[in-house]
Amino acid sequence: MTTDVPHRSDERPHDADPVLAPGQSYSKVSDDFVRLTLREAGWGVIVGFGAGFLLMMVLLMALTYLFATGIGIYGNNIPVAWAFPIVAFVWWIGIGHAGTFISAFLLLMRQDWRSSINRFAEAMTLFAVACAGLMPLIHLGRPWVFYWLFPYPDTMGLWPQWRSPLVWDVFAVTTYALVSLMFWFMGAVPDFATLRDRAKTTWVKKVYGVLALGWRGSSKHWKRYQKAYLLVGALAVPLVISVHSIVGLDFAIGVMPGWHGTIFPPYFVAGALYSGFAMVLTLAIPLRHFYGLHDYVTKRHLENCAKLMLLTGLIVSYGYIFDYFFIWYSGSEYEIQMLHDRMFGPYAWQFWVMTACNVGIIQLVWFKRVRRSIAALFVISLFVNVGMWLERYIIVLTSLSRDYLPGQWHIFNSTAWDWATFIGTLGLFASLWFLFIRFVPVSVMFELRELVEKQDKGELEYQERLSREETREEARGD
Amino acid sequence: MTDSATLYGLMVEFDSPEALKDAARRVRDEGFEEVEAFTPMPVEGLDDILGHDDKWIAALVLAGALFGATLAFGMQTYSWVWDYPINIGGRPMFSWPSFIPITFELGVLFAALAGFLGMLLLNRLPKLHHPTFEVPGFDRVTSDRFFLMVSADDGRFDRHRTADFLDSLGGLAVSEVPS
Repeated sequence: MTTDVPHRSDERPHDADPVLAPGQSYSKVSDDFVRLTLREAGWGVIVGFGAGFLLMMVLLMALTYLFATGIGIYGNNIPVAWAFPIVAFVWWIGIGHAGTFISAFLLLMRQDWRSSINRFAEAMTLFAVACAGLMPLIHLGRPWVFYWLFPYPDTMGLWPQWRSPLVWDVFAVTTYALVSLMFWFMGAVPDFATLRDRAKTTWVKKVYGVLALGWRGSSKHWKRYQKAYLLVGALAVPLVISVHSIVGLDFAIGVMPGWHGTIFPPYFVAGALYSGFAMVLTLAIPLRHFYGLHDYVTKRHLENCAKLMLLTGLIVSYGYIFDYFFIWYSGSEYEIQMLHDRMFGPYAWQFWVMTACNVGIIQLVWFKRVRRSIAALFVISLFVNVGMWLERYIIVLTSLSRDYLPGQWHIFNSTAWDWATFIGTLGLFASLWFLFIRFVPVSVMFELRELVEKQDKGELEYQERLSREETREEARGD
Repeated sequence: MTDSATLYGLMVEFDSPEALKDAARRVRDEGFEEVEAFTPMPVEGLDDILGHDDKWIAALVLAGALFGATLAFGMQTYSWVWDYPINIGGRPMFSWPSFIPITFELGVLFAALAGFLGMLLLNRLPKLHHPTFEVPGFDRVTSDRFFLMVSADDGRFDRHRTADFLDSLGGLAVSEVPS
């Protein structure tokens, strides 16, 4: 797991944040994280879970009414057959992407700073995918026959339409959910073993004992475990890219004005990572604050996430510019009309708010002072989340509501049930999140122990040297 | 030794990965083959000292990927070319480029399953009980203790002489692992 680390002990010490606060030990890592799971639940978790649970009940109510009544309770119409559920689907699945990206891509890049945040980032992925997966299902006119999308030996002798991106979506999202779950569980097995060994009550010991699968830290096991973990991680990276590319193709393969762009798949992937990193910050900042994880989730982690958010935000901005450029350059009057409507038509305010959030506010992250201000990052991440939700809203609605023929134009107005369903998924996410931070260690303890070992050997110096060079460059720039 | 039939092995305990690695080297130099370490995290270089390998994992993942991809591509081709050909807009029946996404997805799914399940299978997991769990203090292996075990299956194993040798390695404690 370690890289060759150049030593530069001749350089003077500095004040940059390390990936791990100094003075950690193996037992302190276990104590700090075990403390969070094997004690009585604090009132914060109970209140948080309670609020999430109430919102989840709103979701259940909305779904019950939906299944009893039909899609008519939503603001959908013809031509706006896709609306809130698809917006929420694309938004949620996008949020999931940063989790897998952090854990898998940074694992392959051997980035030390992933260890503190990858467990909860992956949990975020799982819960976001759960929320996302729900959306297309409930949005089907007849949700109880959703399994027609899978190839199974049915009495009608029919097969799914393999040329349809919507069927690709079924396979992509299912694979994504399963592989993410497996990757997450695999990463958690050694930590479940720690909880098993630390648990005081018999039944708690038994539950974690089952989850730990009998893990005992054998060197033979670690060897195979690491290889398998790395390979599954290597598979997860192209998977992330493919899943959101296919979501992009759902749109791009349609001939609707505003959707039919070859830039859609990469631009959707960037947008997904953008909203995902924003969500990582939205979740990490309160988690770090309320759980006192300052030693593990340092400012360096938040700053790195902010930098990645800025990078993906700039790619998204580039995507906007080129999307509009292609529309103009194509000379297609329908496309140009669509862009005009998008900017100045009935959804103009959503468009400009989206642009302000996604292209404007993110530029603040260029400033080191903003990147190092935790409050500022939290607020910016919220704006990005809103902005990315509006992006999907704009893409879906501006194209659908103004079809080729003006006679078919129909404005979409959201109903209370649209909002109840969407807000309800936030509740589902929050409930799962609070259950997760209550029962599973929020960081990867065994990888943090590796960092402790490196810290003992002085190898984290490497990271510190990098940040020192950065600081110096900045000083030169000023 | 009659006693060795009731023993699974002998275990010596350390409090740092460096001490464990030094001891592992000495145990291997002494000629013991059936040696295993138990650590709270992967310790770099330990598997080289103890001679562990992972040669099957990558092959299993590759096999899983090929199986999944072949299954998916075959399924799509069979269903659209032979089982239920429908002419939609005059497109070719064997429109293989549109079969690629699902082929890729199932390839990844089966590869990941093969990696995860293969790891468990090769490691003989899940196994809810194991003789090592009987060792007093072994529960610290998942937080801050490092153990080295010489298995009773080893040809050179002798309950007392091996125990004395392990004791000479400078660990915190030597324990018997009951079988």
